[in-house]
Amino acid sequence: MQVPAPFEYERATSVDHAISLLERLGGTARLIAGGHSLLPMMKLRLANFDYLIDINDLHGELGYVEAGPDEVRIGALTRHRELLESPVLAAAFPIFADAERVIADPVVRNRGTLGGSLCQADPSEDLSAVCTTLDARCVIRGPGGAERVVSMEDFHVGPYETAVADDEILVEIRLPVRPGCGSAYAKVERRAGDWAVVSAGAAVWLDGGAIVDARVGLAAVGPNTTGIPAISAALRGQEPSESLYEQAGAIAADSCDPVTDQRGSADYKRHLAAELTRRTLRRAVERARS
Amino acid sequence: MTTVHERVDTFHDNDQKPVGYGRMLRKEDPRFLRGRGRYVDDVQLPGMLHLAILRSPVAHARIVSIDTSAAEASPGVKAVVTGAMLAQQNLAWMPTLSNDVQAVLATDKVRFQGQEVAFVVAEDRYAARDALELIDVEYDVLDPVIDARRALESDAPLIRDDLDGKTNNHCFDWETGDEAATEAVFARADVVVSQDLVYPRVHPAPMETCGAVADYDAVDGKLRLWSTTQAPHAHRTLYAIVAGLPEHKIQVISPDIGGGFGNKVPIYPGYVCAIVASIVTGKPVKWMEDRSENLISTGFARDYIMRGEIAATRDGRILGIRTNVLADHGAFNGTAAPVKYPAGFFGVFTGSYDIEAAYCKMTAVYTNKAPGGVAYACSFRITEAVYLVERIVDCLADELGMDPAELRLKNFIQPEQFPYTTKTGWVYDSGNYEPTMRLAMEMAGYDELRREQAEKRARGELMGIGIAFFTEAVGAGPRKDMDILGLGMADGCELRVHPTGKAVVRLSVQSQGQGHETTFAQIVAEEIGIPPADIEVLHGDTDNTPFGLGTYGSRSTPVSGAAAALVARKVRDKARIIASGMLEVSVADLEWERGAFHVAGDPGRSVTIQDIALRAHGAGDLPEGIEGGLEAQICYNPSNLTYPHGAYICVVDIDPGTAQVTVRRFIAVDDCGTRINPMIIEGQVHGGLTDGVGMALMEMIAFDEDGNCLGASLMDYLIPTSLEVPDWETGFTVTPSPHHPIGAKGVGESATVGSPPAIVNAVIDALKPFGVRHADMPLTPSRVWDAMRGQARPPI
Ligand SMILES: Cc1cc2nc3c(=O)[nH]c(=O)nc-3n(C[C@H](O)[C@H](O)[C@H](O)COP(=O)(O)OP(=O)(O)OC[C@H]3O[C@@H](n4cnc5c(N)ncnc54)[C@H](O)[C@@H]3O)c2cc1C
Repeated sequence: MQVPAPFEYERATSVDHAISLLERLGGTARLIAGGHSLLPMMKLRLANFDYLIDINDLHGELGYVEAGPDEVRIGALTRHRELLESPVLAAAFPIFADAERVIADPVVRNRGTLGGSLCQADPSEDLSAVCTTLDARCVIRGPGGAERVVSMEDFHVGPYETAVADDEILVEIRLPVRPGCGSAYAKVERRAGDWAVVSAGAAVWLDGGAIVDARVGLAAVGPNTTGIPAISAALRGQEPSESLYEQAGAIAADSCDPVTDQRGSADYKRHLAAELTRRTLRRAVERARS
Repeated sequence: MTTVHERVDTFHDNDQKPVGYGRMLRKEDPRFLRGRGRYVDDVQLPGMLHLAILRSPVAHARIVSIDTSAAEASPGVKAVVTGAMLAQQNLAWMPTLSNDVQAVLATDKVRFQGQEVAFVVAEDRYAARDALELIDVEYDVLDPVIDARRALESDAPLIRDDLDGKTNNHCFDWETGDEAATEAVFARADVVVSQDLVYPRVHPAPMETCGAVADYDAVDGKLRLWSTTQAPHAHRTLYAIVAGLPEHKIQVISPDIGGGFGNKVPIYPGYVCAIVASIVTGKPVKWMEDRSENLISTGFARDYIMRGEIAATRDGRILGIRTNVLADHGAFNGTAAPVKYPAGFFGVFTGSYDIEAAYCKMTAVYTNKAPGGVAYACSFRITEAVYLVERIVDCLADELGMDPAELRLKNFIQPEQFPYTTKTGWVYDSGNYEPTMRLAMEMAGYDELRREQAEKRARGELMGIGIAFFTEAVGAGPRKDMDILGLGMADGCELRVHPTGKAVVRLSVQSQGQGHETTFAQIVAEEIGIPPADIEVLHGDTDNTPFGLGTYGSRSTPVSGAAAALVARKVRDKARIIASGMLEVSVADLEWERGAFHVAGDPGRSVTIQDIALRAHGAGDLPEGIEGGLEAQICYNPSNLTYPHGAYICVVDIDPGTAQVTVRRFIAVDDCGTRINPMIIEGQVHGGLTDGVGMALMEMIAFDEDGNCLGASLMDYLIPTSLEVPDWETGFTVTPSPHHPIGAKGVGESATVGSPPAIVNAVIDALKPFGVRHADMPLTPSRVWDAMRGQARPPI
């Protein structure tokens, strides 16, 4: 059994309570949501914190998927499993179920949360790629109830670093809803439940036959999950076609920055960036049409 | 899920339990399924302390100083011990199973990342672990030797300067076969194919890590040691030798064990530390390593860099096989193998083929990696041997343009040639290979698969069919040839029938999941007619079981299984004499029918084994010269190994875009001789096949150039799940062993041995359109993609 260093632990009773504890304890404290990223690091003693503030009792307040006219809003404490099974997401953004089916295993999915995934800011995090693809907005609340909304680009500051300050908490993710949308996700992993060698998400918005907008998000190919504006630019206004997907794939391969590691060589990952971009765009277009 | 070829009756517990061989649920399962197993970490003793080990963060360094003062002052800490302290008791070094020595705690240098440097004993696990961070070790870092190919270069850093007069990293040389004769057949062969192959370092990674609870009683001088060991008796004797404790004052208890696969054969420094800690503190001490410690410091397997060469006639008659091996043994040679077999049973690399000559030359080296080289479900290096021969036979088929099944069928040793002495001196006891191969081909629908493959290739799809045919050598072994540190590899067994006709059988071997409590009860039941449910199987406690060498190398059924059958026959012989007295006829007039003796020609006059048991313990006279009681003991020394065989066929699909391999089908036909409990055999096969998928496709203990272990967690060292494996299709043939009392051969490792080459052969077959002839394991998507582009490279 791997055992963490000593820490103190408190359960937050409300979001404001959690924030007041963070305010008081500063950088030596961490929120704990599903704990599936935080606890392994603490047990391996790669991270030590003096205080853990458990926000799991806030699931009533922060665990939801709600469809509005212009956006879908998801509470930060919504669990992987709830995302997987959400009818709202299945209708609006099937990319979520695609991704959730290949994230970890049922045990982890029962506990791990959307907020924890984004705040962990691991460059391989699948939900970060999903949120990047869908152009998500992150709602961050701080002392005194002050809220600010940041884009995914601004949210991820670097590997394992986010825009969330020591005394703040991510409370909600907002996904803009536009007509004619199709989305898909694909991941290559060495084994079920492993982190991605590379994964890609794609979303397209069609009007008539043409692409109004398109977005691709990649995981595990650079310091952060990356949205690729050049792909959006190349696809806008075009009719979907195999050669267009080829072109998008080539842009994806060019614009990512993978490293060679145990999961695969940089060349292979670049190849996958192209291959998975093609596959997910093809799928997203099929879904947008149906 | 499984498809059993010869459909066996489904059975229900409680009604159709066989008295003897046959399918029955495992007697031990209710305990495991209800969470009532008792493992080492479940042992709680009053006043027990906890031990944690400080390990080296670097692969090679001189220890300049160790300051333990802050750790000693840490709350809850009872003792901090370093190598220097052990050295004062002459305990800093211990012998390995291969006549080398290994540091218990490093005194001079650390020689691999993860090596034991000091330990802390504290009131709980947390306090012990926290105190480790307070031990201050100053290291003078040295260049490490990580690549075995570099070990013998003249400027390579010297690892084992502890050994007198050692000037290089050479561990041993070994050869087998006839070099000149092999040279001659290679010279006249039409075709010679040669291929470099790497069998990367892998780890057994049992679910339960290693650990021990040591409880030394200073008053009666007795040491009780609960430990995760596959060989409790051998361990006890070795502790007596290492620690100088009298053997009768040592009790080794191996309770339920959560998987071994060879990982729990060696004696690890942690066990010795726990013993020392209990002696020093006067309290029971528990040590349980964590997952990372298990992966970085305990016995690995494989790590062979091989060149295989095969010579044949143009029409596909194999003439000779030759191989050159560079073996990486890590920092200390801790290989678990009979001492006269430094390369284990690698000598069976000639496989299942009748050839004219063979030769192997092996060089083993030290490197700055974890020591070991354990059985790991490989029956002493047979995994490497079978991989070598089955891969180069496929290379030969490719060269000749011959179907790999046909090439194998053409070269099999024929049934009338058994017992067959191989060109490396192994005497295969029995075998009938062609029916096994044909059955596998029939189950697979081999011709149909080849047709499907041709169609798919035409469409640009990648499908591969791989075959492996193996012969194993298991059941070590005859004591004239085989011993571990001087302990002969024979097994004791005791059987006692109680007055009411229930029985207890005591074994020297220890189960780590193999189902011994069921299989051995069935062996005894078959011989003596007492139902398996009425037979208690005791094992794993040296105070309560006879001496023997333990469970590894698929040896339990070949050795202890024979002992169990023979001890039961001994009891039956005595029962016969008692029965003759009860029925007042001569012994010769009695007929045995499982469970009872009756008078020949008069089946109505009979006594059951239960009647006899009561008589043996009861009032009244027994026949002249017969003592009361119904029990016997035996020590079985096998006259030869047993040689199971099998034919495996694997079908894979590869995604041409991502290079991901899917094992679509796997057909395994095993011949392990007499089958005791087919369900247990299938379970062993399923586990081994899954293991094979892991090795072929994902497992490898990798190191960076500084010697950092890159497989230190199960996030980095991948083992397969049920999602990576197909529904196994198993079948069997039965060729009994002629010298084994019940004809059984052992099956624990067959599937681990046979499956990796089948899977690799299938992947290579799928990649034929790219001109690929070989690619090394692990065949991860990235490495398969390299191969597709003609850039296959060894993993090390
Ligand atoms: C075996 C295993 C396999 C996995 N495989 C995958 C995979 O394939 N793909 C994948 O994407 N992920 C994978 N994960 C990670 C999993 O998805 C985690 O659940 C997720 O990364 C973190 O969510 P969590 O709720 O558990 O976060 P926690 O571990 O509780 O927290 C992670 C970090 O986020 C912070 N945090 C959490 N919530 C908030 C909040 N509301 N506001 C501010 N900060 C917050 C915490 O303080 C901490 O720093 C795997 C995990 C495991 C254990």
